[in-house]
Amino acid sequence: MNESLHRLGEYTLLMAKAISIPNRWSMFFKQLIKEIYKLGADSLWIVIIISIFIGTVIAIQISLNISSPLIPKFTIGYTTREIILLEFSSSIMCLILAGKVGSNIASEIGTMRVTEQIDAMEIMGVNSANFLILPKMLGLMIFIPVLVIFSMFTGILGGIAASYADINGMTPASFEYGMQFYFNSYYIGYSVIKSVVYAFIISSIASYFGYNVKGGALEVGKASTNAVVMSSIMILLADVVLTHLMLT
Amino acid sequence: MIEIKYLSKSFEGRTVLNNISATFETGKTNLIIGRSGSGKTVLLKNIIGLLRPDKGEILYDGRNLTGMKKHELDVLRREMGMLFQGSALFDSMTVLENVMFPLDMFSADTYKEREKRAMFCLERVNLLEAEHLYPSEISGGMMKRAAIARAIALNPKYLFCDEPNSGLDPKTALLIDDLIHGLTKDYKMTTIVNTHDMNSVMNIGESIIFIKEGILEWRGNKNEIITSNNQALNDFIFASRKR
Repeated sequence: MNESLHRLGEYTLLMAKAISIPNRWSMFFKQLIKEIYKLGADSLWIVIIISIFIGTVIAIQISLNISSPLIPKFTIGYTTREIILLEFSSSIMCLILAGKVGSNIASEIGTMRVTEQIDAMEIMGVNSANFLILPKMLGLMIFIPVLVIFSMFTGILGGIAASYADINGMTPASFEYGMQFYFNSYYIGYSVIKSVVYAFIISSIASYFGYNVKGGALEVGKASTNAVVMSSIMILLADVVLTHLMLT
Repeated sequence: MIEIKYLSKSFEGRTVLNNISATFETGKTNLIIGRSGSGKTVLLKNIIGLLRPDKGEILYDGRNLTGMKKHELDVLRREMGMLFQGSALFDSMTVLENVMFPLDMFSADTYKEREKRAMFCLERVNLLEAEHLYPSEISGGMMKRAAIARAIALNPKYLFCDEPNSGLDPKTALLIDDLIHGLTKDYKMTTIVNTHDMNSVMNIGESIIFIKEGILEWRGNKNEIITSNNQALNDFIFASRKR
């Protein structure tokens, strides 16, 4: 318990140090663009590939499991859309990104810590937490809605592709009808808001674990693993809270 | 001039520095020597403000670092340059960007002027040919020189070097020593070098303090060190001969 409170205190202090006015705005924006590209744009390909395949698999699984003649075939498209919009493109995709982006942030900052690069910044009078962490947090929070929208789009494309396989009576026409059935645009906003919260969780927790590394390469590896585990748990916890707040 | 007065530091009940007082003079290369684990690095980290001493004062030309507020410390830090043991160059930046970094953060000059200053610093350490290379693409000696160029970019009053020769061959180590010594003279800096390399001691040791187990055992210069009859110092200097 003491250890957890100590860590929470450290995390809060680090965030207070990171979320402050940058030393130089021009350097901050330069870093921000770099981070948007490195953390966000670089993740686009993995988001697209995973979303297409998962969208296809969801549609196939549902069509295989709906065997009752009482359930209309458009339910396949409807359910696929709801799963992708409500959970997959935000929560599950962010869990995947916690692995890719979270470990990247923790290992980058951790390596800078053990090779004294962070100390070098501090000696110059640079607020190292602000310089290193804030652009990562903002960059990911800015770009993650783009990734979520791409994931929704490509996931549904994957479902449409599966509908052409004519599995268990599923047709493109029924799938398309199902996708438009009772469409609620609020769900897109709900997913985007969730993803922005997850982006903060991923980037801040990974930065915390990286920034507080003590030791060498082994500890950097441990920090990276801990960052992924902790941010995944916090994403799931936040999912429950946000769903309760925004959908009930 | 940097003065330290009655400086003590402990970690979890273990005393690492015990009541150390010393003066580091301007325009001289001041050496802190001692065996590995003697407390040299902890002393240097206290002097530059990366660690807070439990007791004592650190005076930079009369300004007490231990009593400074954050913004005062930030101002003082802009007068410091530091060469780390592992160079601590930023991996994601080229050599030129590394040298420009402190200028980009704190100088009000235009980009052209900042670049000119960075190029001057690189020329001063004889590293113009590596300006567009990344730290991973250059040798250990070049990394040290790039780190020195970065350290002097803001024209510091105080230069700190932690084991500047570690991992370097004797010839390159000599070059780095001469570079540090030359810059100290040219820019009239107060330079403190942490080392256990006896070649450095005999080459640039204008003012030396010897630390053993956190206690200041001896002070003097490179001419006095050989004739000293301090047992602990002699054990340190002539360790290889005794084996």
